[in-house]
Amino acid sequence: MSYLIGDTIFGGYGGADILHGCTVAVEKGEIAVIVGPNGAGKSTAMKALLGMLTVREGSVRLDGKDITSLSPQDRVSEGMAFVPQTNNVFAGMTVQENLEMGAYLRRDDITETMEQIFSLFPILGEKRRQLAGELSGGQRQQVAVGRALMTKPSVLMLDEPTAGVSPIVMDELFDRILEVRATGIAVLMVEQNARQALEIADRGYVLVQGENKYTDTGAALLADPEVRKSFLGG
Amino acid sequence: MSQSLRPILLFSAMAIALLAVGFGQGWSVMLVILNLCLISAVMSVGLNMQWGYAGLFNAGVMAFVAVGGMVAVLISEPPVRAGWEAGGLRIGIAGLLVAVFIGLIYAVRRFVSTKWIKNWGTAALLVAGYFIIRPVFEGGVTAVESIAAASAGNLGGLGLNILVSWGVAAVVCVGVAWVIGRIALGLRADYLAIATLGISEIVVAVAKNEEWMTRGVKNITSLKRAPVPRETNLQQAEWFQNLVSGVTGLDPTDADFKLRVIEFSSIFVKLCFTFLFAAVLAIVLFLAIRALNSPWGRMMRAIRDNDVAASAMGKNVVKRHREVFIVGAAILGVSGAMLTTLDGQFTPTGYQPLRYTFLIWVMVIVGGSGNNLGAVLGGFVIWFFWIEAEVAAQWLSVNVERLLLPYLDVVIINIGDVVLNVQDGVVWLKNAAPHFRYLLMGLVLLLALRFSPRGLIPEAGAARAH
Amino acid sequence: MVDLLNAIVLMLNFVIIPATSYGAQLALGALGVTLVYGILRFGNFAHGDTMAFGTMFTIFFTWLFQGLGLSLGVLPTALLALPFGIAVTALYAVSMDRVVYRHYRFKRSAPVILTIASVGVMFVTNSFVRFMIGTNEQRFSDGQKFIIKAREFKEWSGLSEGLKLKTTEALTIVVAGMAVAALFWFLQRTRMGKAMRAYSDNEDLALLSGINPERVVMVTWIITAALATLAGVLFGLDKSFKPFTYFQLLLPIFAAAILGGVGNPLGAIAGGFVVAFSEVMVTYPYKKFLKYMMPENLEPSGLMQLLTVDYKFAVSFIILVAVLLIKPTGLFSGKVIRA
Repeated sequence: MSYLIGDTIFGGYGGADILHGCTVAVEKGEIAVIVGPNGAGKSTAMKALLGMLTVREGSVRLDGKDITSLSPQDRVSEGMAFVPQTNNVFAGMTVQENLEMGAYLRRDDITETMEQIFSLFPILGEKRRQLAGELSGGQRQQVAVGRALMTKPSVLMLDEPTAGVSPIVMDELFDRILEVRATGIAVLMVEQNARQALEIADRGYVLVQGENKYTDTGAALLADPEVRKSFLGG
Repeated sequence: MSQSLRPILLFSAMAIALLAVGFGQGWSVMLVILNLCLISAVMSVGLNMQWGYAGLFNAGVMAFVAVGGMVAVLISEPPVRAGWEAGGLRIGIAGLLVAVFIGLIYAVRRFVSTKWIKNWGTAALLVAGYFIIRPVFEGGVTAVESIAAASAGNLGGLGLNILVSWGVAAVVCVGVAWVIGRIALGLRADYLAIATLGISEIVVAVAKNEEWMTRGVKNITSLKRAPVPRETNLQQAEWFQNLVSGVTGLDPTDADFKLRVIEFSSIFVKLCFTFLFAAVLAIVLFLAIRALNSPWGRMMRAIRDNDVAASAMGKNVVKRHREVFIVGAAILGVSGAMLTTLDGQFTPTGYQPLRYTFLIWVMVIVGGSGNNLGAVLGGFVIWFFWIEAEVAAQWLSVNVERLLLPYLDVVIINIGDVVLNVQDGVVWLKNAAPHFRYLLMGLVLLLALRFSPRGLIPEAGAARAH
Repeated sequence: MVDLLNAIVLMLNFVIIPATSYGAQLALGALGVTLVYGILRFGNFAHGDTMAFGTMFTIFFTWLFQGLGLSLGVLPTALLALPFGIAVTALYAVSMDRVVYRHYRFKRSAPVILTIASVGVMFVTNSFVRFMIGTNEQRFSDGQKFIIKAREFKEWSGLSEGLKLKTTEALTIVVAGMAVAALFWFLQRTRMGKAMRAYSDNEDLALLSGINPERVVMVTWIITAALATLAGVLFGLDKSFKPFTYFQLLLPIFAAAILGGVGNPLGAIAGGFVVAFSEVMVTYPYKKFLKYMMPENLEPSGLMQLLTVDYKFAVSFIILVAVLLIKPTGLFSGKVIRA
């Protein structure tokens, strides 16, 4: 029984189904990565877990509890955190305010969490008074992840966190995500950079046309010649 | 209800309502309402082009209606010779200078490529133009306005048939709309709304203050409304008297006859207007429906429903918007000239945005945005209720007063020095009654927008949800 | 030298002081418009009439307090009535949101539909005000009229020009300053204020952060109602209350908001003052001023007025047109609330 699981989900954005019985799951202290060709429904699968589309069939369970009918906001307060692919910071607010907004639902003292995030992303501590919109792309992604972590979530979901950043920044970001995993959080990612993502993944899902094509550990998928040929460019 | 049956039923209901007024309140009252219904329908069709076809928010309907009214005055009034002699030349020169400076500014903006010279040059020309033209213009205005101030004090007009102004109004409004379109189209939808709202305030300010043109707040009364005869002339005409005696069977010597002639002359004049207006409405409606179903109209609706896709397909959205804005404005201008013709006078203070801009909006929304027949129906229905609501409110306040008559001295509020009794309440109610119809119209707009956003006669095949 | 002093006093008296207080009134109005733009993302045509609504209720409470013999001494009684006027207006604005705007928000209608809905609200509000208080002019300022009287100033300074400062002018500037300070403190320092800025900045992310949009919207309406009432009451105290005038204020207020960049509170304030100063300076006759400043043989003959007061709306309009042509995003390129 996985910590978070989207179980044989059928659904889409009101029109025709995009997901056709796809299953995605992640354990605490584990990184799961969803890869696949364009239009395979990778982001859609993640949005299904978050409650941002109509799930026609199948269920989403968090820690054994059925949350299929909860709104995204309610899932956030249940401990799920999400970093969208674009527009994922409050550009007109400072780094610190971005983190504060991440902790909006919390009524307790947030200074400790904020310090943890500053030690995870030291650059954010330095630039805490700067507007997030003025930061570089990589720094902005760090703000976005930091904001999501402010709720002290049990699940962190990232929609293509490395889209549009340089390879060096990507490596650094993946290092940080490994550190996040080490704190016992379940991490679920959708990634374009399949090879690099699978390298750090405990579990990998290859989706094709809204269905699970291959499911295995990251290392096993990387080793699978079929997967390499079709999805990792040889 | 089937799509084709619905308009027929609704228009029949409207006709029955008008007939009921005819039988109940008299045919003269009914024709007054009908004539303004027709003008309202023309306005509504004009605004519907802008909003219904293209989704443009024109909050300055009043501007075009007022321009139409001013044109009617300037075309039909006889020229004031003394005024022309006193200041006509200077005002003419000022006009010429305006043209010269506009030409210069155009030249600078067109042919200078360095950005800062272009912008500062424009600014310098604007300032220089202002200081050169103003003294020339003002001298002329002072001279004109001092001529027979009590009866004239203006230049008068061209002394042409007022029907000419209906066409000229359209042309002038095309110019005004072109300028507004250049400024405010292609930006956020509500910027156009604010810009047009501003233009309408300015047009009315011009109408109120430029006495040399339209006598401003001194008003212009007794416009010549050829070809429709005046009631007093009709009453003298032999053929008309014969007609009345033919219809009523009364002899010219009968005591009642004179009264009937007066009554008939009023109805006859109103009927003449009815035919004229109905003809204009028919033409406008025919053209509007043709335009809507042409490739141009289809493109316009495609742009409205998805301007991103349309511009991606290479459609020039701003240009199309400008076209439809101009055409709608021309129609509004015609309606304004018609209105002033019917009134036979021009009173700038009468132009109120609630009546001349936002009431027209209620007509379009209630009638059916994007559907020309709907716009016509909206014009009829809303004007009908606008008039009858006031009648109802008056009736109500009179009856409430009668009911409360025995209790006038009863005190309702008594706090400190503030003492209000029923009599004060009755006075308040009588003062408040005329405002009832505004409340009604606001509610109608909100309810229609909410519960029937596609209107009484919805646009055919429109999937657009507001 | 004396001529120069006289000229300065003249300008202070007829341009700088009136324009500053008018600017403060416009700034408060434009703040309300810009907040609705930033949070609810539509141009609120009902704002002028909301101002009239709030002012009307403040006038009613003023009359009531005057009837009860309550007063603030030298200050206008309206100040005492203001909180009550704000409360009623806030209630009205929130209910209008519930019965009118919320539906379109849930449907995610285009902003222009919300603007049309606001025209409906404008119609209703306007007629309600006409219904209750009529269309006539109302003056409700009491207390001491002047802080500095022209005659006393002349006697004190020996200048031929008198300086006067109306209580309402000083009050406008002080109260508006306090209100703006409070607003910025709220937006910068409080949880709710930051949530409003976040919502204005990035609606989707705000939702993901657990910010309750309906709360944000409700608080926005309450603040907007308070700002509108404040602007309306200060304007009415300074000049007079007439419902139609308040509708007409829509143009300078929108010009100010657009000039400052829609959704940008700082810009709205700057815009309010720019519009007010332009309006007053363009319609002020400079004849007397130039008389002091110019050598005697060069004295002007005309009024030296750029535009008559009848055309003061043209000033707002020209500013609006200039902004739309040159920089449609406004001076402080807005769209979101950045305090």
